[in-house]
Amino acid sequence: MNKPQKVLVLGSGALKIGEAGEFDYSGSQALKALKEEGIRTILINPNIATVQTSDNIADDVYFLPVTPYFVEEVIKKEQPDGILVAFGGQTALNCAVALYQGGIFEKYNVKVLGTPVQSIIDTEDRDIFKDKLDQIGVLIARSRAVTTLDDALKAAEEIGYPIIVRAAFALGGLGSGFANNDEELTALAEKAFTTSDQILVEESLKGWKEVEYEVVRDQYDNCITVCNMENFDPIGIHTGESIVVAPSQTLSNREYHKLRSIGIKTIRHLGIVGECNIQYALDPFSEEYRVIEVNARLSRSSALASKATGYPLAFVAAKLSLGYALSELKNSVTQTTSAFFEPALDYVVCKLPRWDLGKFSGVARQIGSSMKSVGEVMSIGKSFEEAIQKGLRMLDTGKRGFVGNAAETVDNATLDKLLSEPNEERIFAINLAFEAGYTIQQVHDLTRIDLWFLQRLYTIFELGNQVGELNSADALPAELLRETKKAGFSDQQLAVKLYGNQDVKANELIVREQRKTLGVLPVVKQIDTLAAEFPAQTNYLYTTYHGTENDLEPETDKSVVVLGSGVYRIGSSVEFDWCGVNAAQTATEEGYKSIIINYNPETVSTDYDVSDRLYFEELSYERVMDILDFEQPTGVILSTGGQIPNNLATRLADAEVPVLGTAPARIDEAENRHKFSSILDELGIAQPRWRELTTLDAVYEFVQEVGFPVLIRPSYVLSGAAMNVVSNRDEMEAYLDLASAVSAEYPVVVSEFIQDAKEIELDAVADHGDIVSYAISEHVEFAGVHSGDATMYYPPQRVYVGTVRKLKTIAEQIAKRFEISGPFNIQFLEKNGEIRVIECNLRASRSFPFVSKISGHNFIKKATKVLLGLPVERDASELVYDSTFVGVKASQFSFTRLQGADPVMRVDMTSTGEVGCLGDSPEEALLKSLLSVGYRIPKQSVLISGGPIASKVALLSAAKLLVQKGYTLYATQGTHRFFAENSVPSQLLFWPDDYQEPNVISYLREKKIDLVINIPKNLTKGELDNDYKIRRTAVDFNTPLITNARLAKAFIKAFCKLEMSDLKIKSWNEYKAQ
Amino acid sequence: MENAKSVKLVLEDGTEIQGKSFGAFTSAAGEVVFSTAMTGYPENLTDPSFAGQILVLTYPMVGNYGVPGEDLYESISKIFESDKIHVAGLVVNYYSEEHSHWHAAKSLGDWLSEYNIPGIFDVDTRLLTKKLREKGAMLGKIVAEDDVPLHDPNQDNLVAQVSPTEVKHYGSGSNKIVLVDCGTKTNIIRCFLERDVELIRVPWDYDFTQLDYDGLFLSNGPGDPKMCEATIGHLQTALQQDKPIFGICLGSQLMGLAAGGNTFKLKYGHRSHNQPVLLTGTKRSYITSQNHGFAVDTDTLPAEWEMLFENLNDGTCEGIKHKTKPFFSTQFHPEAAGGPQDTEFMFDDFLKAVEEYKEGK
Repeated sequence: MNKPQKVLVLGSGALKIGEAGEFDYSGSQALKALKEEGIRTILINPNIATVQTSDNIADDVYFLPVTPYFVEEVIKKEQPDGILVAFGGQTALNCAVALYQGGIFEKYNVKVLGTPVQSIIDTEDRDIFKDKLDQIGVLIARSRAVTTLDDALKAAEEIGYPIIVRAAFALGGLGSGFANNDEELTALAEKAFTTSDQILVEESLKGWKEVEYEVVRDQYDNCITVCNMENFDPIGIHTGESIVVAPSQTLSNREYHKLRSIGIKTIRHLGIVGECNIQYALDPFSEEYRVIEVNARLSRSSALASKATGYPLAFVAAKLSLGYALSELKNSVTQTTSAFFEPALDYVVCKLPRWDLGKFSGVARQIGSSMKSVGEVMSIGKSFEEAIQKGLRMLDTGKRGFVGNAAETVDNATLDKLLSEPNEERIFAINLAFEAGYTIQQVHDLTRIDLWFLQRLYTIFELGNQVGELNSADALPAELLRETKKAGFSDQQLAVKLYGNQDVKANELIVREQRKTLGVLPVVKQIDTLAAEFPAQTNYLYTTYHGTENDLEPETDKSVVVLGSGVYRIGSSVEFDWCGVNAAQTATEEGYKSIIINYNPETVSTDYDVSDRLYFEELSYERVMDILDFEQPTGVILSTGGQIPNNLATRLADAEVPVLGTAPARIDEAENRHKFSSILDELGIAQPRWRELTTLDAVYEFVQEVGFPVLIRPSYVLSGAAMNVVSNRDEMEAYLDLASAVSAEYPVVVSEFIQDAKEIELDAVADHGDIVSYAISEHVEFAGVHSGDATMYYPPQRVYVGTVRKLKTIAEQIAKRFEISGPFNIQFLEKNGEIRVIECNLRASRSFPFVSKISGHNFIKKATKVLLGLPVERDASELVYDSTFVGVKASQFSFTRLQGADPVMRVDMTSTGEVGCLGDSPEEALLKSLLSVGYRIPKQSVLISGGPIASKVALLSAAKLLVQKGYTLYATQGTHRFFAENSVPSQLLFWPDDYQEPNVISYLREKKIDLVINIPKNLTKGELDNDYKIRRTAVDFNTPLITNARLAKAFIKAFCKLEMSDLKIKSWNEYKAQ
Repeated sequence: MENAKSVKLVLEDGTEIQGKSFGAFTSAAGEVVFSTAMTGYPENLTDPSFAGQILVLTYPMVGNYGVPGEDLYESISKIFESDKIHVAGLVVNYYSEEHSHWHAAKSLGDWLSEYNIPGIFDVDTRLLTKKLREKGAMLGKIVAEDDVPLHDPNQDNLVAQVSPTEVKHYGSGSNKIVLVDCGTKTNIIRCFLERDVELIRVPWDYDFTQLDYDGLFLSNGPGDPKMCEATIGHLQTALQQDKPIFGICLGSQLMGLAAGGNTFKLKYGHRSHNQPVLLTGTKRSYITSQNHGFAVDTDTLPAEWEMLFENLNDGTCEGIKHKTKPFFSTQFHPEAAGGPQDTEFMFDDFLKAVEEYKEGK
């Protein structure tokens, strides 16, 4: 075998809708596989929060954008002899195709390992793909690839409506959708053409089953399918938006193997080496099929299949791309049998998507052929009922399962609509339909979901009713209790069925006690890839009530349980996985057996290699306690998994669980707004004034006291109305009206909002109240932008030493008072030297990986040692202020995917991911990081719609710079006038509602604007509509948009000062050595 | 299924597992074996190689797509692998009483009842599988109302029970193939009939050496191959000639025995759709469907024979071949049904050998 010496691996950049944590997992596996071979690895990935960009995974890391320009520069510098392009999602693949077509690989003599780029192009270009499949008689949906709107309309006429539109070269089905007529097609096609030169007009297969296979092939033409998966939702819903079941449940042997054989034949013909995914539509009334697509790379589905089966697809694919035959590799679970095999599952797996559509104002709630979900969960059971109910709880949206949720009354017309038009709540609507007396057949007619799945859901519904007829846990017969547990009921769900919606947590404990008394306990089973045919050497575990025997004994060595972060959602994603993985690894290094509980298939922490035992399980009180009852670990770590484990602190402490670190009672004091506030008062630490209020009069009274603007946070969040800042009485009334009436049951929290205040964060580790590591970072934006959306400098660039000293003093006071042992984070406001605390979390925060990697001090490692009671030294993390380089963290938004959503940065978080880049100057780091999240340096023209006068003023110097640099400056009316008054020439564009040319909207549609700066002015309706239209059009036409004046100014200054060639191609190691 | 009656599964080591009844409410004894196949219960249950066995399915939900209606193809079943259910009993974790499939005519439970075969569900099948893996295949019984004694089917001549009593003819292709039916799966017949073949299906003990044919095929079948003395005898005569011979599963073991080698009983056999085999001496591997408890001991093969395929998991013999003559076999099932169809080319290879033989003659 002619193995390469040095291999470049492309990552996928920031997490975004359609491309999330799964690529951290696949990239990490690939790097591990290469490392094992003694190959030097170089990784390009600006996503600093990932595990793959940690020390000792790749030999060197470039925190740079995964774009052709930067990748070529790295190739030029590093001279690798091989490159892996299939492990970084569509971002890496698109980049590789561009480099290949530009002859770059040839020029620098870099071999693309694994699937040849031509094969990738063959699968991505729909025309070529269709021809390739025609050659071997494999059927594909009738379709035409077109490049103009006229041709699209002609194609639709030939094929016949309804049709589906897809954009070629698009991640997660971006720009896809159904059209029933010319009008709908025109709208879709226009949009799709903004992201892709080619679109596909295709026959609609609505109602067919959707089935996919993960296929692996080596260069000797050996080919296997590792897993098949069946979508619960029929075709028409993107597989990333579907509930998916593995293996298929409703396919006969003939159907299963027919599709399997076609997959193998297709993948051989396409010449893929490594791993890929093939998706089919299968007629529910015959064996007719169509191939939908082939993804010639590791995908979300492959990550899911790896976790669902225990077969390490990415690891094996990386080995195959080096030239191994499948039969030369071992099954890493049994370690004795061959990797050339197809896993046999003795359990059922469900994947469910998590949406956060409620976070966005204006977004369309329907789901369909393009992705909107921001995360997913995987649940394992020995029946579909058990798995699906676990999964529904894992989504962490407040649901207790399929039944037993908060009562809802919906009229039949609404119900029919919820069932027939797929949406995020559809599965719960099925239960409502059963409650309303709909038959399984009726639900099937509306949803086209296979009867078998509906029968299973009906079983759950009926069991719930049986329990509902009883009114105490004592009355629950053991047999029925066992049946319900097998059908995935939680204790809490049973408690609700028995006792109603009051005192749920207390009643849950009654059920739990009764259940334990009756001996109805879950058993622990192993996932072993071969359905117990051979013994497994790994401890990849789940629990089930279908069984009488545990597969293994409790851990007897000293052990630590690390609770993972659960489902990725806006506000909690890969950064907490990095924290969990580091905590587990540190525990292992310190001689403990590590036990991880987590259920997110997109993570590295759920790789069974990472811990001694992995429980792929719910992070509910019930399941965590079940596992702790069984394992009896030495300690439990809650503080590295974000808010889900943190919320369990008090209940676990009540159950006398050995929670490591800060006492749960102290955690509660920090989490409870009232307690925390009075403690700060006690300590004499300032905070913005706030009140929890239950009447409108009280709200006005408070506003009288603090003055506008105020931050309003309703406790009961209706769709589209979360936190907001209001500046006057009109806005507040409009807003409170939107956010439902204020009442005793639904109070609002109103806080003083300090304008033009700097936001500063402190991440730290304390040991028994003494800080041992800390990092201070500074937001580019003023307060008012959620810290998860903000752009951050670390070390801070414009914070006075005196301020730092004050922050530190406050942090030390807090650490002492809360007796913190472990990680914590404090957010501060600073204005005119005055400092206020706005939030404090006694757990690791989102920025821990960022500050750890830049400072060179692993905060989680340190924190874990503290948690384990080991002595730690106060480290030199503050020396970072002498650092010769700067890190900038920037946020990734996914508004393009969220049709209708208002793309604006506000107090509520909307970003889906982040990057962190390094530079010798703050401008360099900022520019690299903004380029990494999809911004482009404008070529000719910038539109400024400057918003309130303060931000117009703030943008003035930047506008001057643009003009000096020769940019054409467009401005809307007020801004145009302001610039003119200040001698900055700009061209006036009319507001959308002026309906007059030159209009902003037409300029955006015609792509005459390269960058849009739109600063929201106020909440009056006219402004809202106009601003919204500008922002949304920019996003829909894929034009970079900035909605914050401070960020806009920083960006403009950076790209006016620096050329692309000024952005240094320096690796992490080079920065460290500086 | 809350009203399902209680039944129990009893193993020869004294293990008793309580479960619930589906299919026929009756008692039955046999050898308890497990299969890890995730689909294909209609195919599995009608596979004559399962005769006398109580089958444990490791896949947790069974019955989901019901049982298809009967369809005929050239006078044989188009769907099933024989004309009846051959397993002695069925053990599953979860029986899906409701089913959903366009091709389904009845539920799995009703179908079992038709053939008076008991099923038991609500069983920790993983526990059972691990036990069989560690202790080896065991005798056992499903006990409903009346107890039955344990019974070792390997002591019976199972082949004689499942083999037909008459010669049958199918097709009119140019290659005349004799199929020695020791309990053949019908998909083997279908695989031949899809190719240019006239098929003469003969009973296991039929003296085919008297027939005029171009190629000889030895089918799969249940039990210990050494029970098939008559077949081995006829086969030894055929091995003296040069006409191509192809054997599958039991057929492979019979070829090994006739060649002078020995066979042995595997601890718990191979019953699954995911057995990896390597074409010996190459990097080519195949995923295969398997159902066997016995195997050829390659060390005992005479010098003119060699291993054709080997199992990538445990190294056991997955097929043998004669070094010079067109005699070869597979321990796995190239005809699949159920399972992967990747090795169906073996039928083409065989027929190619037949053509070559005819050309050379």
